[in-house]
Amino acid sequence: MRAYAPVQRVVGALLMFLSIGFVPPLAFAWLNADGATGSFAFSMAAVAAIGAAMYWPVRDNRRELRVADGFLVVVACWGAVAMAGALPLMLVLDISLADAVFESTSGITTTGATVLSGLDDMPISIRWYRQQLQWMGGLGIIVLAVAILPMLRIGGMEIYKAEVTGPVKENRLTPRIAETAKALWAIYIGLTLVCALALWAAGMSIFDAFTHSFSTIATAGFSTYDASIGYFDSALIESLIIFFMFIASMNFALHFLALRRASAQAYLNNPELRLFAVLLIVISGLVTVLLWSHDVYDTFWESLRYALFHAVSYTTTTGFASADVYLWPGTLPLLMILISGLGGCAGSTTGGFKIVRVYLVSKQGLRELKRLIHPRSVVPLKLGGRTLAPEVANAIWGFVSLYIVCIVLLTLVVSGFEQDLVTSVSVVFSAMNNLGPALGEAGLNWGGLTQTTKWLMSFAMLLGRLEIFTVLVLLTPTYWKH
Amino acid sequence: MRIIILGAGQVGSGMAHSLSREENDISVVDTDPQRLRELQEKLDIRTVLGHASRPETLIRAGIEDAELLIALTNSDETNMIACQVAYSLFNTPTKVARIRAADYLAHPELFTRENTPVDFLISPEKLVTDHVQRLIEYPGALQVLDFADGRAQLVATRAVREGKLVGRALKSLPDELPSGVDARVAAIFRRDEAIIPEGDTVIEVDDMVFFLAPTQEIREVMATFGSAAGPARRALLAGGGNIGAALARRLERNLHVKIIERDPRRAERIAEGVDTSIVLVGGGNIGAALARRLERNLHVKIIERDPRRAERIAEGVDTSIVLVGDCANEDLLREEGIDEMDVYCALTNDDEANILSSMLAKRMGAHKVITLINRAAYVDLVESDRIDVAVSPQQITIGALLALIRKGHMVRVHSLRQGAAEAIEVVAHGDPGRSKIVGREIGAIKLPASTTIGAIVRGDEVLMAHHNVTIEPEDHVILFVADKREIAEVERLFAVEAVFV
Repeated sequence: MRAYAPVQRVVGALLMFLSIGFVPPLAFAWLNADGATGSFAFSMAAVAAIGAAMYWPVRDNRRELRVADGFLVVVACWGAVAMAGALPLMLVLDISLADAVFESTSGITTTGATVLSGLDDMPISIRWYRQQLQWMGGLGIIVLAVAILPMLRIGGMEIYKAEVTGPVKENRLTPRIAETAKALWAIYIGLTLVCALALWAAGMSIFDAFTHSFSTIATAGFSTYDASIGYFDSALIESLIIFFMFIASMNFALHFLALRRASAQAYLNNPELRLFAVLLIVISGLVTVLLWSHDVYDTFWESLRYALFHAVSYTTTTGFASADVYLWPGTLPLLMILISGLGGCAGSTTGGFKIVRVYLVSKQGLRELKRLIHPRSVVPLKLGGRTLAPEVANAIWGFVSLYIVCIVLLTLVVSGFEQDLVTSVSVVFSAMNNLGPALGEAGLNWGGLTQTTKWLMSFAMLLGRLEIFTVLVLLTPTYWKH
Repeated sequence: MRIIILGAGQVGSGMAHSLSREENDISVVDTDPQRLRELQEKLDIRTVLGHASRPETLIRAGIEDAELLIALTNSDETNMIACQVAYSLFNTPTKVARIRAADYLAHPELFTRENTPVDFLISPEKLVTDHVQRLIEYPGALQVLDFADGRAQLVATRAVREGKLVGRALKSLPDELPSGVDARVAAIFRRDEAIIPEGDTVIEVDDMVFFLAPTQEIREVMATFGSAAGPARRALLAGGGNIGAALARRLERNLHVKIIERDPRRAERIAEGVDTSIVLVGGGNIGAALARRLERNLHVKIIERDPRRAERIAEGVDTSIVLVGDCANEDLLREEGIDEMDVYCALTNDDEANILSSMLAKRMGAHKVITLINRAAYVDLVESDRIDVAVSPQQITIGALLALIRKGHMVRVHSLRQGAAEAIEVVAHGDPGRSKIVGREIGAIKLPASTTIGAIVRGDEVLMAHHNVTIEPEDHVILFVADKREIAEVERLFAVEAVFV
């Protein structure tokens, strides 16, 4: 039996710390007197109290976190935050627990799938709160905690690794983990500010600019309007959002290197980014041609505009919409959902499979082909000129198989609760890849799905955000038998 | 401070351990991914896989803005080239290299700016040899530490039941000493807990008492309070590696030395270099050089496990006797008169072999047993119980390195009790009025709770820290810090305030 005191201590401290997150919506509610003040104040007090109750009995525990504890801490924290985040939604909007947890999980995992409609008329504090949830989840609540809480200086790496995305997790930007986390958050906040200013300059109100900047840089996809980005109907705003979604789907380490060396060399030499750009161009081209050939839009330029926006929005797993994708003809809607599986670069705010895995898996495939021709050749697996350890390749294959198994299993289960296969496949894909939009009954929003599906999809979103391993390892009996 | 450590061996890992707890940005470079992964899991550091002296690896480790490079790889040559690369390409301010080969060390002109730019040389084997030699020279001592270029020494001894220390208050101790001899108890460890010495503190059995005194008087102090009588005459060294060999060379003039070395070829090499030492086979590298110096005065025996090999060694040496055996062999030890040995030193590379053979030697009657132990956990396990002194090469090297790294004016840092406590020597800079130290009487200095001032070295003079002594500029102050967390506070105390305008 493992001692859980250090885990309890960290989770308690994190909850107390994250209760501060309720301050901005509380301020909005209070200043605008929109009727949600009490709910937010209660939520904040409740979360802080639960955190304190967990932390207090074990505050003097000095045992360090072990490698295996990291998974439990991360999953417990995300689960607790998803539950805590549901509290004000339930209190203010008077929705069911399943709906509130789904909405909150969708926010914190930057999925952007919503069960709500009539967003435009909701209390302003709730509109802000949903966007803020996404922003906090975008880079990761653990990275935030590691940056700020000094108690995580030792052992912080274990939980940092369990949260951060991509197959190669040991790369640090700076020798000390807290400094790395701070650098990441500085870049994240900087990008958010620049994006908000750009959107504001392009004609959004200050409130819209910031809330949409939150969900753009987090590649999340919530909007404060039912019509999403379509509400603005502005090519300028769409192109700005395309640009910032692309920036946010790059590996943040690249931004760090580029800033520190004051040169764009880091971007140009990165094989993952190059593949990502090529894939975006190919997908945009394909969607444009399909839209144009189906005569969905009147002009070629209009086709190009909508194709480009949605290709980037879906590939980066953001899920913004400026048109009704689920009403597009033929296989286009399903194609759009499937490309979200690609995801952005590792170490970004995107969900999905991550381009670097796509790159490495295809490289391994090519390597086998080469071996067929030259049976005795030695072909190391390289990424950007550096040979990767065999464990990395193995871990990727493990990820591929688990990813497929999870999708197939979840689809099978969900199809038992939903009417048609298109709905089932699309919601599972959308949730696992943290995309947001889906098809069929969930085309407009996810409100019409059964309660069971919503719970399952909340789990799937967490699974996708924490890249499967971190969650699944807790489901293995050996984990608990230490 | 931004520090790059090359080599994740025992000393490299130990350094990373000590330094990462002191607000430093550490990057460790090694070629072994497994070792790096283990280190990364334990410590908040960055690890870089690659060849230590290559510019590309160094860049990845962040050499461009590193302030300190510590080259601790196994290879002297790699360490030297790494310092050269750091100097020529990146202009790294401070470069420290571990150099083991005595041959390189014999030519200090090699390490100048124009040739191989190494700012500080660290030679663990030399440090350990010095350390063990001092321990042998002071029979009752558990630890002997130099301060102010050897002008003052800190010596630890254990209070034994029959000894003069037990049951006495500290203030009554000076009465025992011959007149003119001034010593001070700097600290007491009781069951591994530090006790701040006060005038009426009473010493109990098994306390570890640290005396601080001028070097020429320490012998008198030890003769008065030390547990063992008379200087050592016969020493048995297990392990003929660099340390064992160097030690034997230094000791042989006064002592009767035997060395046990397991590796026949090495034993042979040692035997070739010595005449009259006794070399008993069973160890490593350290014995070779040592023995060469020994044989002029000592009688050499070599113990070798492989008979054919032993025969060949015998053909190759003149006056030495070649025996076949192992340092953990009871019969062998008995035959070589272990019960008459004043000192038994186990100096092989193998912690377990050292510990076992030392325990055996102790049980068989060796008076004082000194054991080389690298793993900190083992030190705790055996010291004070079955083995008199455990010498940790890692601790000794780290202490030397820490002195280089600490900010301010520390000239010497000795790590004690596995790094929990430190004895440090700091230069008091500044003028009276500006400094919190200079111009004040010792009694008036506000020290952290578990820190004491032991002595002051002014020029060649060693002054014991009585309350009314006033500290003058450029005095070397010797402090004993029982709780390492207070080091930062001590650093601040000695910092010269930057209000010169």
